[in-house]
Amino acid sequence: MSEPLLKVRDLRKYFPIDSPIPFKKSNQSVKAVDGVSFDVMPGETLGVVGESGCGKSTMARLVNQLISPSSGTVEFRGENLIGMDAKKLRETRKSIQMVFQDPYASLDPRKTVGELIAEPLVIHRIGDKASQKKRVLELLEIVGLSHYHAKRYPYEFSGGQRQRINIARALVLNPDIIICDEPVSALDVSVQAQVINLLKELQREYNLTYIFISHDLNVVRYMCDRIAVMYLGKIVEMGTYKEIYENPKHPYTKALLSAIPKESPHDNKERIILKDAIPNPIHPPTGCHFHERCPFMMDICSTKIPQLLDTGNGHIASCHLLKEH
Amino acid sequence: MSNELLKVENLEVQFKSGSTVTKAVNGVSFTLNRKENIGIVGESGSGKSVTATSLLRLIPTPPGNISGGKILFEGKDLLTLSDKEMRDIRGNDISMIFQDPLTSLNPVFSVGDQIMESIKLHQKVSKKEAKQKAIQMLQLVGIPAPEKRLNMYPHEFSGGMRQRVMIAIALSCNPKLLIADEPTTALDVTVQAQILELMKKLQDEFNTSIIMITHDLGVVWEICHKVLVMYAGNVIEYGTVEEIHDQPMHPYTWGLLDSQITESVEDHEMLTTIPGSPPDLRQEIKGCPFAPRCSYARDICFSKAPEMVEVKEKHFVACHFQTKETRLNRKERSTHVRAVVKS
Ligand SMILES: Nc1ncnc2c1ncn2[C@@H]1O[C@H](COP(=O)(O)OP(=O)(O)OP(=O)(O)O)[C@@H](O)[C@H]1O
Ligand SMILES: Nc1ncnc2c1ncn2[C@@H]1O[C@H](COP(=O)(O)OP(=O)(O)OP(=O)(O)O)[C@@H](O)[C@H]1O
Ligand code: SF4
Ligand SMILES: [Mg+2]
Ligand SMILES: [Mg+2]
Repeated sequence: MSEPLLKVRDLRKYFPIDSPIPFKKSNQSVKAVDGVSFDVMPGETLGVVGESGCGKSTMARLVNQLISPSSGTVEFRGENLIGMDAKKLRETRKSIQMVFQDPYASLDPRKTVGELIAEPLVIHRIGDKASQKKRVLELLEIVGLSHYHAKRYPYEFSGGQRQRINIARALVLNPDIIICDEPVSALDVSVQAQVINLLKELQREYNLTYIFISHDLNVVRYMCDRIAVMYLGKIVEMGTYKEIYENPKHPYTKALLSAIPKESPHDNKERIILKDAIPNPIHPPTGCHFHERCPFMMDICSTKIPQLLDTGNGHIASCHLLKEH
Repeated sequence: MSNELLKVENLEVQFKSGSTVTKAVNGVSFTLNRKENIGIVGESGSGKSVTATSLLRLIPTPPGNISGGKILFEGKDLLTLSDKEMRDIRGNDISMIFQDPLTSLNPVFSVGDQIMESIKLHQKVSKKEAKQKAIQMLQLVGIPAPEKRLNMYPHEFSGGMRQRVMIAIALSCNPKLLIADEPTTALDVTVQAQILELMKKLQDEFNTSIIMITHDLGVVWEICHKVLVMYAGNVIEYGTVEEIHDQPMHPYTWGLLDSQITESVEDHEMLTTIPGSPPDLRQEIKGCPFAPRCSYARDICFSKAPEMVEVKEKHFVACHFQTKETRLNRKERSTHVRAVVKS
């Protein structure tokens, strides 16, 4: 078996929060990512799903080293990115690109679309002006925009069109791995299908690896080889997409799957509507973080943290209902 | 009290830059009854957000300009109101959840201040009451530990939490009409299910009508009664959700429904897409705006714009071949297998 492209171990990010009392240092923090470990194999797509605020974007930004972790390691091709010297990190990060969740905030409004897409090439001094221009036009086509768009500015584009520009930018340096943080959430269905077809085609052609964050479980099922389900900073279940969809183990995953929107106005879906609001990441619940909302809660759940167990078929989950395979 | 809350007639919105004019919205009409929800779907750039922001007269002018039509809200044409009268309507009778939660929250003020500001703007309450109400609203939309979060700034919230703050602000005045532009796009499905549940509850309680802009047809099936399908600034199909789901008629709507990823789509299949891209709205469009991408198009489609026809009761379509007399036969959805497509 080949080596993992990316190896993440016990990754944590705690954001300190300001004390409400001025000049008094707060010792509280938001445990945005709280001990996450996973491997990503070359050419595979790992899906990451989970509730809003559970730490998916923070995890993505840690992997890409846009922010540094409180502890833990991120190995890319066997080398730890944490503490790597700046020059080498810059070179390595060419191979790890990111497409952000927010298509509005991520494009400099003063640059034309052509300049924006060419920017990574200019920064890394790749090719001459003519070849850069050719590449820009090529990418515009790939992402479903037209050549005349190169001369326009981001504000002239709708949300969906802007996300296509972001995808073109991420592709321009021919990366090994692209972390896609909700890349198609802002796109209309038909364009979403084009972009997903495109991402899959590119993956086959260049053996690209993806970490694919999305809250659309239909998209994730279609895109991903394996899926990690996060809850309040931790991975609570991980397995192949077939295992997760056909044989979910964790009660949270079950609730998630039941919340997939209707496929027709005539559908009468049985929903597991979860109790209460999402828990507070500053003071996470004791025991299993999910216990307050779990329909299957037992006494042990509020006192003891369940560990990730191997339930067979490369499927792991953390719930007191489960037994080791 | 008339049952009709909103009637939009032939709305036209243009953007001017130098000598070019972008026809972003080109004759949109629909009606919305009290307690009724309408979904607006359509390709990116088709004019959904511009339509919605025009209803509140919040189009940046210049370059934007509402160049024609009527927006009758409870019988009054909003386009004839003074700025002051319009301000009273915004946030009291009509409120809007904008597509972009990051830029609609001010980064330099705490989230709590912004909610309280909006409450105090529209309701005569003390600071303390406003704070209580803000906490209550945050709780309602499912923000944990609202008392603590009140002092936090927008960048400290996740995308979904910011969106829920926007929803809290929009709901804090119990509007008659709520315009929600992609309100659940940034949310995960369990929260989406909760928010849609919340919107339904609010609707029962306050008789609110909702205009729901979304690209997720699942959301439309979930809470809307009617759907407006837009393409290149035009409404191309309009009807009840049952009609549009069961008997869609416009070739663009067919493409839209076919490109959804549903449970029945296998992962080795290519997704169906609509080839090509939408027209440049700065250019004059002569025929049917969908013609260049339509696999059913014939000569007439490129020279004459089809009119909106009521082909069945309360089901309107703008296609030359979908009329009371004629019907177009929908082609089978092509399910390519990936490996085959590649060669
Ligand atoms: N810079 C920051 N300072 C303080 N807290 C932060 C910061 N960034 C994120 N957080 C907190 O960390 C947690 C995880 O946020 P993150 O953006 O990673 O969530 P997410 O899973 O991507 O959510 P969404 O689906 O809404 O995008 C949240 O509770 C958030 O409030
Ligand atoms: N301020 C502006 N200046 C110039 N053109 C604009 C402006 N705002 C919008 N447009 C144009 O108006 C058209 C409609 O845009 P709109 O934002 O309504 O699309 P949308 O249907 O909401 O798309 P999306 O699904 O991507 O949000 C687009 O072609 C866009 O380029
Ligand atoms: S009018 Fe012509 S081009 Fe337009 S949708 Fe109908 S068949 Fe297609
Ligand atoms: Mg996120
Ligand atoms: Mg929009």
